[in-house]
Amino acid sequence: MINKLKQHQFLFEELVKRDFKKKYKRTILGVLWSLLSPLLMLLVMKLVFTQFFGRSTPHYTTFIFAGTLNYAFFSESTGQGMQSLMGNAGIFTKVNVPKYIFLLSKNVQTFINYLLTLLIFFVLCIFDGITFTWRIVFLLYPIVCLVLFNLGLGLILSALFVFFRDIQYLWTVVTQLLMYMSAIFYNIDRYSQTAQYLFLLNPLYLFIRYFRKIVIEATIPSIWFHLLMAADVLIALGVGAWMYKKYNHRFLYYV
Amino acid sequence: MDVISLNNVSIRYLTGDLKAIGLKEYIVRRLKRDYHVQEFWADRHITFSLEQGDMLGIIGANGAGKSTLLKAISGIMEPTEGSVRRQGSVAALLELGSGFDGELTVRENTYLRGAMLGYTRAFMDEAYRGIIDFAELGDFEDRPFKQLSSGMKSRLAFSIASLVRPDILILDEVLAVGDGAFREKSEKKMREILSSGATTILVSHSLEQIRTLCNKVLWLEKGEQIAFGADVSGICDRYERFLKGDRAQLHVASD
Repeated sequence: MINKLKQHQFLFEELVKRDFKKKYKRTILGVLWSLLSPLLMLLVMKLVFTQFFGRSTPHYTTFIFAGTLNYAFFSESTGQGMQSLMGNAGIFTKVNVPKYIFLLSKNVQTFINYLLTLLIFFVLCIFDGITFTWRIVFLLYPIVCLVLFNLGLGLILSALFVFFRDIQYLWTVVTQLLMYMSAIFYNIDRYSQTAQYLFLLNPLYLFIRYFRKIVIEATIPSIWFHLLMAADVLIALGVGAWMYKKYNHRFLYYV
Repeated sequence: MDVISLNNVSIRYLTGDLKAIGLKEYIVRRLKRDYHVQEFWADRHITFSLEQGDMLGIIGANGAGKSTLLKAISGIMEPTEGSVRRQGSVAALLELGSGFDGELTVRENTYLRGAMLGYTRAFMDEAYRGIIDFAELGDFEDRPFKQLSSGMKSRLAFSIASLVRPDILILDEVLAVGDGAFREKSEKKMREILSSGATTILVSHSLEQIRTLCNKVLWLEKGEQIAFGADVSGICDRYERFLKGDRAQLHVASD
């Protein structure tokens, strides 16, 4: 796979450039806007929910931001990744290129957006009175996992989208539901022990929880927590890769 | 040494309700037993091989399976049965006019297309000026592609594609584009490419072209291989008689 990417390196670079240019429409406001929108989201949640949850949750701003940051990356990356294969039908029906190249280039763009938001996150953490410990390096784990998880789901969704075009509406609904189910603005401490375990079934919650543990509580999650995340990632990537392999030569009939 | 060899290649094509269908519609149709997918053999038992420098013309009516066969030879499609072997780099110039991105500028589209055709960045940097000059688009380099007229678009497409120097060249009706002066220019360029010694496969509706350019010819009819051989004028004559209604030509024993 690395070899194949090397062979198509020029095309890959041009695709990444294209995705950037189209996303930001060549304006400085375009870049600014994509950084501003998670901040606005944060602001609104902070204003609305501080009354309900803020008093009992320390570092509530950081708490919410850890949620919206990862949620925004997830929903952007999967939502746009879903369109990536179909959107490039004009290319893969004419030249013989590995089809995952389109999803990869889209994800490079969303990932860089995520990194920029991450910088803002750290700045806001300082304002929120967080002191960073050496454990901060452990954040690399959920970041890498989330990138791979997004890629895996992107593979699955973009393949499904070729077959069924209404998947995009379904996925909008699913991401909406996930936002409320991932404890972005509320604390799950008040639920029963069983309910708290149920949250662990939601992969998105794991990434958010990991961030909070490291940044707010300055503790490293258990080894089981790590393994659970790795399992989610492997399942998503495995199913996605299998679908691309199986349908690689069938996509052509559906466009 | 054969540069290309197809051994008993058959390609099953799918069509019908599977295109642009939603998950909801799919399920409803499945339940009502109203979901129809037609499978047919676009190509059946195609066997031929080409040597270095051969120029093959493929003839046959619409729906004979020519385009599908080209896709299998270029590796975009996989044959359902049989095998395709290729030696060396392949460039397939199929439906050149489409596949550009209207939002990007002419310059960006030129690089993207170059990347699609397998050029390197260094090559594109060097060739870029020549491409734009040949297409006579000097005043439009930084304009969005969607502002171009369709004539300009096909000029650019041809101009980029005309730089390919592959071992195997696959052409689908792109021998010349534009009108007047540009047509002459592009025809000249095309003759240059054809005389470069690459093994070439050419689909054309002009029997004249096939007769003058090709040293081998393949006749397809409804996916079946009617004739293949070096007797270009003989096979073209039979094909012409067939077009005039002499169906017996389909069953003449080929040499």
